[in-house]
Amino acid sequence: MSRLAACFEALSRQNRKALTTFITAGDPTVAATVPALLALAEAGADVIELGIPFSDPEAEGPAIQASSERGLANGTTLAMCLDMVREFRERDGTTPVVLMGYLNSVLAMGEETFAEAARAAGVDGLIMVNLPPEEAGVLRPALAERGIDLIFLVAPTTTTERIGRIVSQASGFIYYVSLKGITGADHLDVSGVATRVKEIRAATTLPVQVGFGIKDGGTARAVSEHADGVVVGSALVNTMAEHTDPDARLAALRARVTELRQALDA
Amino acid sequence: MDGANRYDQPTNGHFGEHGGRFVAETLMHALEELTALYDSLASDPAFQEELKEDLKQYVGRPTPLYHARGLTAELGGPQIYLKREDLNHTGAHKVNNTIGQALLARRMGKPRIIAETGAGQHGVATATVAARLGLECQVYMGAEDVRRQSLNVYRMKLLGAEVIPVHSGSKTLKDAMNEAMRDWVTNVDNTHYIIGTVAGPDPYPRLVRDFQSVIGKETRSQSLEQIGRLPDVLVACVGGGSNAIGLFHPFIDDTDVRLVGVEAAGEGLETGRHAAPLSAGRVGVLHGNRTYLMQNEDGQIIETHSISAGLDYPGVGPEHSFLKDIQRAEYDSVTDEEAMAAFRLLNRTEGIMPALESSHALAWVMKRAGDFDAGQTVVVNLSGRGDKDILTVAALDGIEI
Repeated sequence: MSRLAACFEALSRQNRKALTTFITAGDPTVAATVPALLALAEAGADVIELGIPFSDPEAEGPAIQASSERGLANGTTLAMCLDMVREFRERDGTTPVVLMGYLNSVLAMGEETFAEAARAAGVDGLIMVNLPPEEAGVLRPALAERGIDLIFLVAPTTTTERIGRIVSQASGFIYYVSLKGITGADHLDVSGVATRVKEIRAATTLPVQVGFGIKDGGTARAVSEHADGVVVGSALVNTMAEHTDPDARLAALRARVTELRQALDA
Repeated sequence: MDGANRYDQPTNGHFGEHGGRFVAETLMHALEELTALYDSLASDPAFQEELKEDLKQYVGRPTPLYHARGLTAELGGPQIYLKREDLNHTGAHKVNNTIGQALLARRMGKPRIIAETGAGQHGVATATVAARLGLECQVYMGAEDVRRQSLNVYRMKLLGAEVIPVHSGSKTLKDAMNEAMRDWVTNVDNTHYIIGTVAGPDPYPRLVRDFQSVIGKETRSQSLEQIGRLPDVLVACVGGGSNAIGLFHPFIDDTDVRLVGVEAAGEGLETGRHAAPLSAGRVGVLHGNRTYLMQNEDGQIIETHSISAGLDYPGVGPEHSFLKDIQRAEYDSVTDEEAMAAFRLLNRTEGIMPALESSHALAWVMKRAGDFDAGQTVVVNLSGRGDKDILTVAALDGIEI
């Protein structure tokens, strides 16, 4: 069983919700990333998303755009992202790691080369923001052969008919985008999320995680009542950027994750 | 829409391996809706008639196919004809597309228009049609372009549009396009995004192409009437590539007609400071489509350079990438310096001030005139007028206006 499947199965047995946390690789420094990944897991993150910095992150809000620019300014490449996962894996063999980014990073490395390197590094899943299932013809089989899940997004604008098409190609989990907008936006509509997640669940048995616009314990808790888990990104990216001292940064990160964890488990 | 030919791709907006629809899921439904509407308008005589009438009465079409005898005599090569897109309302070919897309927005009942712009020509053309149809209009423009195209920024404001400077990334056209996509994702219910070139996700590359094909259709019939046959060569500048595809498309099945797209070599291809993805780029995915891109080893989009803001873009329309791959069109490049020389030459020999973008196409003819004889005909797409570039040119001359 894959790490992602094992993770969601254990959570479901315990009747708990998944907390998925996002930070960007190489932000605010290259050295900060692996300790931060370990801290996220220790403080209670169930799944870790690591953002691949990209020059043109067209679906991101200001927080993640800025983190991507910092990551690039520090020279972070996709190969370095994979090294970070490998280093994390040496210390943590169970927490699933999902890479998230834009297709061109993977195309530049080559789909097959990437899939093999990702497997070797211990990557469990991939989210490509600008890759709908219609265009995933080459990448999906390359990943599937190596047991890596290609995770698709469902949006508030996705029609019922499209939901069916998407879930038929999805694995790992479904990422439901909670709002029409960019990451870190502030117009979350919890009742809208409830309706849509119900619709997705009618079409698939895969876990449904909800992200975009979840920034604290309160919003995480409210959304999690209608889903299998929540994704928190911009809020944690801001925490990473606020501190220059590495120890203070890790302490602040742990405190944030602990707050989210407690809100979900309460 | 018409314009079908044997190179049209049957599958979901793919041109060979290029094109496609690489966008965030939130936009997929809007693209499907736009595609369905657009495809239905092909057989809607009322829409076609309205478009035709607007192009005639508001834009001022057809534009002349002008025999540039002064330039022809000066260069001593082929007979040079200029397709005078600079004479369109707002001074460039861009309005051919915005007038059509504004009609689409109205059909979809969307009261708000957004656009990205580099040189400002597409922004002006969008603000113009939005004013005419009473649509709210916001234009995203890189902060660097806002600085170097201040005249067009002011024109857009006078037309009632709001210009939003974009400070992220390299602060140019590509970043304006990112920001417009972010806006669209947020406001997709009430907003239509008028992409200004033949790039972006399907259906934009073919939709914009079809609206711009009026250039090539007119050129074709004007050639037959004025020259008695089709031209030997068509030349157009290529940034995103909308004026070039508009000229080329109706000739694609006429394989005797040579199609030449001219990219911006900036300070020279060898310097790396250029905007010539077809000449020196690699295939990748940006702004919703797969195409040739300026990118580094890691797939990061790299900064481009051209004296002409309208060509300063790291990608190119996917149909051009396809025409390059199948060798139906050829793509070359000219430097800033060569484009400037052509700009000055046309002023002097014809009394016509071309846009710096269009000057790239003219510069190719200047360089290659010797390859042709006086019995041959070259049509250059004069895609826009150069008034907007006066400050740039004056600065090169050391003159402050």
